[in-house]
Amino acid sequence: MSTTTAQRTGFGAVLWDYLTTVDHKKIGILYLISGGFFFLIGGLEAMAIRIQLIKPENDFVSAGFYNEILTMHGTTMIFLAAMPLIFALMNAVVPLQIGARDVAFPFLNSLGFWLFLFGGLLLNASWFLGGAPDAGWTAYAPLSTTSPGHGVDFYILGLQISGAGTLIAGINFLVTIVNMRAPGMTYMRLPLFTWTTFVVSALILFAFPALTVGLFLLMFDRLFGSGFFNANMGGNSVIWEHLFWIFGHPEVYILILPAFGVFSEVLPTFAKKRLFGYTAMVFATVLIGFLGFMVWAHHMFTVGLGPAANSIFAVATMAIAVPTGIKIFNWLFTLWGGNIQINSAMLWSLSFIPTFTLGGMTGVMLAAAAADYQYHDTYFVVAHFHYVIVGGVVFGIFAGLHYWWPRMFGKILNETLGKITFWTFFIGFHLTFFIQHFLGLMGMPRRYWVFLADQGLDTGNFISTIGAFLMAVGTIVFLINVIVTTSKGEKVSGDPWDGRTLEWAIPNPTPHYNFKQTPLVRGLDALWVEKTEGRKEMTPAEPLDDIHMPNASILPFIMSLGLFIAGFGFIYQIDNISWLLAVFIGMGITLGAMFVRSVKDDLGHHIHKEDLDKGAGL
Amino acid sequence: MSHDTLNPEVMPSEPEKATLEGKNKFLGFWFFLGGETVLFASLFGTYLALRNSNNGGPTSEELFGLELVFVMTMLLLTSSLTSVYAMYHMKNNDFRKMQIWLGITVALGLGFLGFEIYEFYHYIHHYEFTFRSSAFGSAFYTLVGFHGGHVLFGLLWIITIMARNAKRGLNLYNAPKFYIASLYWHFIDVVWVFIFTVVYLMGVI
Amino acid sequence: MAENTNSVQNELDYHKKKKKEEMKQQVITFALMIVFTIIAFTMVAAGLDKLFVIPIIVVLAIVQVIFQLYYFMHMSHKGHELPAIMMYGGISVAFLTILTFLVLIWW
Ligand SMILES: [Cu+2]
Repeated sequence: MSTTTAQRTGFGAVLWDYLTTVDHKKIGILYLISGGFFFLIGGLEAMAIRIQLIKPENDFVSAGFYNEILTMHGTTMIFLAAMPLIFALMNAVVPLQIGARDVAFPFLNSLGFWLFLFGGLLLNASWFLGGAPDAGWTAYAPLSTTSPGHGVDFYILGLQISGAGTLIAGINFLVTIVNMRAPGMTYMRLPLFTWTTFVVSALILFAFPALTVGLFLLMFDRLFGSGFFNANMGGNSVIWEHLFWIFGHPEVYILILPAFGVFSEVLPTFAKKRLFGYTAMVFATVLIGFLGFMVWAHHMFTVGLGPAANSIFAVATMAIAVPTGIKIFNWLFTLWGGNIQINSAMLWSLSFIPTFTLGGMTGVMLAAAAADYQYHDTYFVVAHFHYVIVGGVVFGIFAGLHYWWPRMFGKILNETLGKITFWTFFIGFHLTFFIQHFLGLMGMPRRYWVFLADQGLDTGNFISTIGAFLMAVGTIVFLINVIVTTSKGEKVSGDPWDGRTLEWAIPNPTPHYNFKQTPLVRGLDALWVEKTEGRKEMTPAEPLDDIHMPNASILPFIMSLGLFIAGFGFIYQIDNISWLLAVFIGMGITLGAMFVRSVKDDLGHHIHKEDLDKGAGL
Repeated sequence: MSHDTLNPEVMPSEPEKATLEGKNKFLGFWFFLGGETVLFASLFGTYLALRNSNNGGPTSEELFGLELVFVMTMLLLTSSLTSVYAMYHMKNNDFRKMQIWLGITVALGLGFLGFEIYEFYHYIHHYEFTFRSSAFGSAFYTLVGFHGGHVLFGLLWIITIMARNAKRGLNLYNAPKFYIASLYWHFIDVVWVFIFTVVYLMGVI
Repeated sequence: MAENTNSVQNELDYHKKKKKEEMKQQVITFALMIVFTIIAFTMVAAGLDKLFVIPIIVVLAIVQVIFQLYYFMHMSHKGHELPAIMMYGGISVAFLTILTFLVLIWW
């Protein structure tokens, strides 16, 4: 069956292949393309913000439109760009790093992707349907409950659908890492990227339900007349803030921990040394994940929770600096005395260390509850979270893409263009955001449409905008790099970096079934262990045999499409009750597809061992 | 060929975990329940924060009657035991008895759902206590309704896999499906224990 | 092959016996759960003091849930280490959430 689809080519066949694929490698590519697409949209929104703020009292965009842009910039970058790009790396790498042929739930993996994509499309459809959400990415009530039009409704339904996809992806990775490890791959031999994926998936599991509930309550208030956040009905808007941040703080660790994982792979590879303090790194990862759930109210210091609550959350927040510091030192010690090779992946990783440390320092400053009354809602906060999210997550994604591009696409990204991207983006980033610390300390509030002249804010904002343009140039060069590499790049071997972990033990291109024979893992840095003993390949843990693979399915696409349709129904039924029909049709499609999935046996298929040598599944 | 491996001559004593797919389903579903715990905790927290915000409408003391809730509790608790019986027979490879006990579970669940619908109807028509009456009303119907929705979904799920496999009997492919459906059903009961304690009993004290 | 099947059969018989024992335990668990429920409802119906009743019915609920998890859902069996970790993870976050909503919403 797989061979027949492989033989058919042409656009239609490729499209159908990707619509129905349950192969983690292809799903990783899907995540990369759609996450990259949303990253560009979010970037355009960022440019609009910076152009508006290039000079005092600018009128590049109107005030209302500015609110929409800044809301969508935050929402898009967090939920539709950073998260899926990280899932792209996880899908591309984690099953390979643990020596698995696929993830635990290939079908759900595909469902998670399509839910994310349709959620993102629903959210962005708002641009063309009367205006995007305009209540900030945090959507605080009562601003969000009273925002006119349907913008916030699109925010609610879009995030609800893509959030469901994220939860599914999280459970999938948890079970994959627990159950699908190759023989000998004990927990304390898992590569750090896999460890961070594991911890992050647990964070997703416990954080996203709070967002789900928060979004439901907001939806009920806006669309069905309930009174959760409505003080006139006895409601309380602080409930939203708690639910949002019980989710929201772990969310930033969901983003940053995989980036930590990337650096923990890149640095040892290009320093030609094993990761310093592996055990401490694992311990610090788990500890950060654990503490991440006890600090959310540091976003709410100025709400008035009282000195006792503020102190507890302040101390807990500062405590997170300890495991993070452990990590920073371990990376430095990994480099120390290493045979360091500088390339694009390495540049992103090396520059991450000081950049992120700066973001961490301002984080500790913000954690001081009393001082936070000064910083709150100023550009100081904007500078802080861009230092950790861009300087941590985006740098990590770029490092990961450069590092794993040969694994995903068989070619190394062009080094010259890679370095141009790095330097323009890196300089642009610091130009944009370093000055914002001072703008914030001077009292410039975040989210404002305009600022007045001659208050000492003009030059700073101008510099910041120039920096943003440099970042845009860097991004464009990266896109050119992708095109150039794809069309002109040369195919490399399966192990172009002289890698240490299992994903480099596979030939290029990666076969459909990943490993012809499941490898036997004999230590940390499994491939390096073999290399030090003079072998070039992994020792197989099993004789050559038939390989069981899951079947492709269109059902995940249909289920997600159903929810997409139902989403419109929910949004518009408040204007016209006949839109409930769309709810019923959409939910009918989704439940119908679930029913089909439940009653139709899906036993997968086998690639026969005789066919393996003939190149089946390549 | 895969047909044989799913229908061994002698069923293992834990058929739900005999295949890798089964092990994955088992673990994944437990993890999902860990997430559901947070979901319901958020709803409980919201309810606890808003339970006195009746906004001039009926209060929980005026609304709740314990007799109906007691009957509903007994139905759901018993259905938990009957699904334990169903799993007991599944592990003994007695498909017919498993189906019978699952059938009883479904009947009890339907009874519970019927009472719940009657209860909501009663509140709306006799007390004019609705989802839109007050923050308390919103929180009450959301928490209890989410649970009711879970019951409904659980019933549809169990009925589907019962009907689907009625003719085929038990094998290693569907055993994990039955098992996780029963886990789901127990979890629904766990949530209800807190609902009757926190919402109803604490609501009338 | 036949011999092999035989020994498997013996093992199954052993398991069967063990399961029967366990089933008895489950019924006892169920009886206790019913008793707890009745105690909780009676205490509330009797109109005893609030500060006295609420802690008791909450504890009874928690015990019932432990019964459900460990006996009905077999969390006491081996092979449930990770489910237990994730359940306790969920319960910890749940606890913090509910505590917050009790003390940090109105002031
Ligand atoms: Cu935070």
